[in-house]
Amino acid sequence: MNENDRPDVVSPLVKDKVGEWLSPVDTEAYHGTMGKFQKYVAKKYIFIIVCAFACLVAMGLSVGFGTYRIDFFETYMTIWYHIVGDIHDVVNDIVVVEDRLPRICVGVLAGAGLAVAGAAMQSILKNPLAEPYTTGVSSGAIFGASLSIVFGISIFGGDYALVGNAFVFSLIPTSVIIFVSRMKQSSPTMMIMAGIAVMYIFNAMTTVIRLWSDPDSLSSLYAWEVGTLAYAKWANLYLMLPVTVAGIVVIALLSRQLNVLATGDENARALGVNAEKLRLICLVVVALMSSAIVSYVGLIGFVGLVAPHIVRIVIGADNRFLIPASAAFGAAMLLFADLVGRVIIAPATIQVGVVMAFLGGPMFIWLIMRKNSKVWE
Amino acid sequence: MKIEVKNLDFGYSSEKLTLHDINLTIDRPGLYCIIGPNGVGKSTLVRCMNKIYHIPDGTVFVNGVDLNEISIKENAKNMSYVPVGGDDVFSLPVVDTILVGRHTQQHWRTTAEDMEITYKAMRLLGIEDLAMHSYNQLSAGQHQKVAIARGLVQETEMLILDEPTANLDVRYQVYVTELLKELARRNDMIILMISHDLNITARYADEVIVMAYPGVIHSIGKPEDVITEKTIKEVYGLDSDMIVHKMCKPHIILGSAVRID
Repeated sequence: MNENDRPDVVSPLVKDKVGEWLSPVDTEAYHGTMGKFQKYVAKKYIFIIVCAFACLVAMGLSVGFGTYRIDFFETYMTIWYHIVGDIHDVVNDIVVVEDRLPRICVGVLAGAGLAVAGAAMQSILKNPLAEPYTTGVSSGAIFGASLSIVFGISIFGGDYALVGNAFVFSLIPTSVIIFVSRMKQSSPTMMIMAGIAVMYIFNAMTTVIRLWSDPDSLSSLYAWEVGTLAYAKWANLYLMLPVTVAGIVVIALLSRQLNVLATGDENARALGVNAEKLRLICLVVVALMSSAIVSYVGLIGFVGLVAPHIVRIVIGADNRFLIPASAAFGAAMLLFADLVGRVIIAPATIQVGVVMAFLGGPMFIWLIMRKNSKVWE
Repeated sequence: MKIEVKNLDFGYSSEKLTLHDINLTIDRPGLYCIIGPNGVGKSTLVRCMNKIYHIPDGTVFVNGVDLNEISIKENAKNMSYVPVGGDDVFSLPVVDTILVGRHTQQHWRTTAEDMEITYKAMRLLGIEDLAMHSYNQLSAGQHQKVAIARGLVQETEMLILDEPTANLDVRYQVYVTELLKELARRNDMIILMISHDLNITARYADEVIVMAYPGVIHSIGKPEDVITEKTIKEVYGLDSDMIVHKMCKPHIILGSAVRID
């Protein structure tokens, strides 16, 4: 049959529709949809700004609170005077800059870093239960710390005995996961399973060490494990600051690719994103960030798991906004939890990890019970 | 645009090949349909053609260039892929899910051009009212429409769709296939789709690629030449009656199975 003899099988309706597709659009309905979309984007920016503001408020309150109380605005003025080198009140300056500010800065970095690490892990592993410690970072860190505290075995020695051990050993589980995933084509499930396996191995080794430890060592180990900002010093920031800031920036730069990954590995590849490579990069960044944080503040759980979920409930799962918003929200959340821990039974304190779970747990249950909080299957 | 598959053998394991010596050339715009029984390698073939699977050198060529010499990023500018179903865990609104298809063009911020084409794709598929709905709250058919829209906003010369009508009602099965045919004609696109509906394929395909066990191409040609009672018996193991419709296309009335592979 000749091509020209064939009747046209495409209906006039479809031809009109395709005609519309090929021509510019300027209808009221289009502008209506655009308006809704712009409002939705504006809401995300507003949320990030509110979180950043909450973080600043928490910083001011936290620095001001203590046996020696300093007014909220005076706190910021003291910091400003210190920065410009025009110190008005030496006592205030010492209390704020030397005594309390390190704790706040470490808290901000830990909160932001763990929340971003959690958001990244949940996105790359496509698992709402993933968190920074899913890679086994925590079990490796505890094992390293145990070696240092109980046996005095350390890689770097001196001031860095504990921190150095925790950092190096926390990276071992991730290395194993990467090795396993390179041996065979990696999948998110395989990575999680490898992480769990390595975690059990390290936990078993730590248990053996504990059996041999004396009560004093056990008590020191427990104090380190529980997660606190109480021992924060300016020196902590030499490693934490560059690693955490660089990690957050890298994850933020990869956020568009993380959005593509959310549509499935095959679709991501068809859109020019190598899912395996992206997972590997994120895994390494998350491991470095959470290792740097865990080594100094111990195990602060919850923020890495829950902060990204709360942010998703409010502004959605678009990683371009989720990553910066999680950083701001995680930092604010950790600072407020730390502040509550210091205020509630002052002058004694409750560790930030404990407060976080007590406050965040019920809040999170309330959020997921809400009707419109359907952001994951 | 021209895509050639030459002597392609592909297997998921070294012991068993899924595709055997596939040879295929598509060098003219139009709607191309791949038909064949389950597990015959239709999806595997399109994934090999779209660089989703790693293939041996010298087996797939795009405009004369070996596909292995093109990066996946470059390839994404040539062809888009619409998978069957979706697996999004963290749900974005429909508009954001479709905007993901602009990844190869889109800058950090969503531009007016991105928004315009996304809106037009939603309107074309009749889902513009769902723009701000969460993807996870949609039905399987609506997911399918979102996936097709996401493929369209990629604005490529070639569009590959894996069973795009699988979850659609009959009206949308016809509408979407007509849409793809018209887009191929008006935009000079190569549109390659996998289909299980022999009548829709017979009516709309410009060319049909019939695949058979054990992962070979049985026949390639115009629907009236390829979709025959003999082919259906050989490939599917089904008896059938063929009637010629007023639209001058074969219409198949399927009978009983004569064998199960």
